[in-house]
Amino acid sequence: MKYALYPGCAAKGATPELYQSTMAIIGRLGIEVTELTAASCCGAGVVGELDPEGALALSARTFAQAERVGLDVMTICGTCQGVMGGANRKLKADTALLERVNKLIEPEGLTYRGTVHVKHLLWIVVREVGLEKLKDEVQVTLGDLRIAPFYGCYILRPSWDLGFDDPENPTSMEKVIRAVGAEPVDYAGKVKCCGFPIILEKENIALTMNGTNLKEAKDAGADAMVTPCPLCHMSLDIYQERAARKINAKLELPVLHLPQMLGLAMGVPAEELGVRRHLVSVDPLIKAIKERKDEHTPSPLSPGRTGTE
Amino acid sequence: MRLGFTIQRFNPELDHHPHDEVYRLEVSRGMTVLDALIRIKDEQDGRLTFRYSCRSAICGSCAMTINGSEKLACRTSVRQEWERHGSVTVRPLENLPILKDLAVDMRSFWEKTRAIVPWLLAQDQSVTDPLATPNPYMFHNVDACIMCGACVAACTSHEADPAFLGPAALAKAYRFVADSREGDEARTGRLTALQEPTGIWDCTRCNFCVQVCPKDVQPMEAIIRLRRAAIERGLTTTGGARHVIGFRDLVARYGRLNEALMPLKVVGPDLRRFLHILPLGLRMLFKGKVPSPLHPAIRGVDRVRAILRRSGPRRDVAHLHTKNVGEAEG
Repeated sequence: MKYALYPGCAAKGATPELYQSTMAIIGRLGIEVTELTAASCCGAGVVGELDPEGALALSARTFAQAERVGLDVMTICGTCQGVMGGANRKLKADTALLERVNKLIEPEGLTYRGTVHVKHLLWIVVREVGLEKLKDEVQVTLGDLRIAPFYGCYILRPSWDLGFDDPENPTSMEKVIRAVGAEPVDYAGKVKCCGFPIILEKENIALTMNGTNLKEAKDAGADAMVTPCPLCHMSLDIYQERAARKINAKLELPVLHLPQMLGLAMGVPAEELGVRRHLVSVDPLIKAIKERKDEHTPSPLSPGRTGTE
Repeated sequence: MRLGFTIQRFNPELDHHPHDEVYRLEVSRGMTVLDALIRIKDEQDGRLTFRYSCRSAICGSCAMTINGSEKLACRTSVRQEWERHGSVTVRPLENLPILKDLAVDMRSFWEKTRAIVPWLLAQDQSVTDPLATPNPYMFHNVDACIMCGACVAACTSHEADPAFLGPAALAKAYRFVADSREGDEARTGRLTALQEPTGIWDCTRCNFCVQVCPKDVQPMEAIIRLRRAAIERGLTTTGGARHVIGFRDLVARYGRLNEALMPLKVVGPDLRRFLHILPLGLRMLFKGKVPSPLHPAIRGVDRVRAILRRSGPRRDVAHLHTKNVGEAEG
């Protein structure tokens, strides 16, 4: 299974741990990648606010680069997935639009023929790798850890741009959390907005959204949160302390990127997953996982629980 | 098939808090949630309160929260809800005060609609016959709004800030900004008023309004068009406008976003706001989360620059109708 990896800006910028942890785990899941190193920003929906057709051309340029190497695109960012999924749908549905956009990317010798699929790592793990294969790779079962999924907006809505999860009742994150042996936490905020798109200019609104979601997860008993979107991660991790002050609550909830959670369950050392870069300490979680690992490692002095049972 | 319906009840004269009650009902083929509510009211509890009128997804009265999502009860199939969620739970719309049971107080909704001045202002005298060049996309379908309130109830910004004008009123505002008959000065005045703290820049683009709208109005897309129209008219001093322009400029310069420079673009020359974001920036720097502000551009950045220059801000992408709005949702 081979994909053209589109890392997106955040994984190459403010959340390098997302890129690092992705590269640390995909091989074990049988995913090979060729990185699209000349791809641009997807526009994140922001470029499109000013220049809709220019933003579509950025995506078309990336798709044409993937077509050139004959691969589908793998994203690791919920926002990239939403923006590029939407762009792909529009370009495939409207030949006149595709023609206009192709004129913009032609001078570089590129043409998009409309044959590429864009898939998030989460979807590839659930549908292509398969949950059974993932379970086989789990070295450290996360036991009774309660993990709150945080989907973020663009991997769910509008659903006709994505076509994977049911936006009213998404299940892919829960399936992955169960496959690594943890227990998914249910709470209303899991499909809501982290506030990131307006966090710089409307911090009070964004922090209320952010803090409310984190508190709901915490109140529902979450030991950690996991998200498939690095922009959500920036909001939930970097701004968590401010959000806690804003809503006057104690939060201190570690937030993992999806591949970091997979890596921890696969027994990849925490340092290789970049968790030290987070602003909210992941140490309590690592410690809890380590305790569980020690419990499961048979002592050299006793036959342990494997074998005869 | 006999199914249970969980319905949130609240009578402000008797109850301190809303509570759920379960009603069991024989469900017939093609039954909608509204049909079920009417049957429950007729046969089991005449005090159950909800609004409805046309029963045909035209009047917008029966929007409510069905299995967690904002829907018109009259076009929501009981069977499909059951198949999708394994239960049918009905609650009133969020973000609006409950009057009784499933009926909410729509006053703030109408006040916000009035606040955007929902009529044509000074007319452009040069437009003598507005219908001479019919343009089916003039309003991008915002005129299909039936004012049911589903988008406002689903709006995550509205939840955090009840003063936000919200998706319905802003979509309505776009309908007048887009109208070729409205005078140019009036249009600029309208867009200037929408720069206020509760206006177009409060939207976090969560897509909930787009997802739940029963008429495919896509209010968020209307808000984005208002933002674009405002920037094109030189209304560029708000943090929101600086964010959009700064983002585009950074992508044109480097090919991708630089998160070290983005906050500076939004904050602008405001020293107080710079000092507000500085501590977080330093913590990120310490954790290795600040990309070099000198990072090299991607290969082919000249093309990215040319794309963003050549395509220009004025061209718009035709509205694609995305939902089959005539049928019960599945």
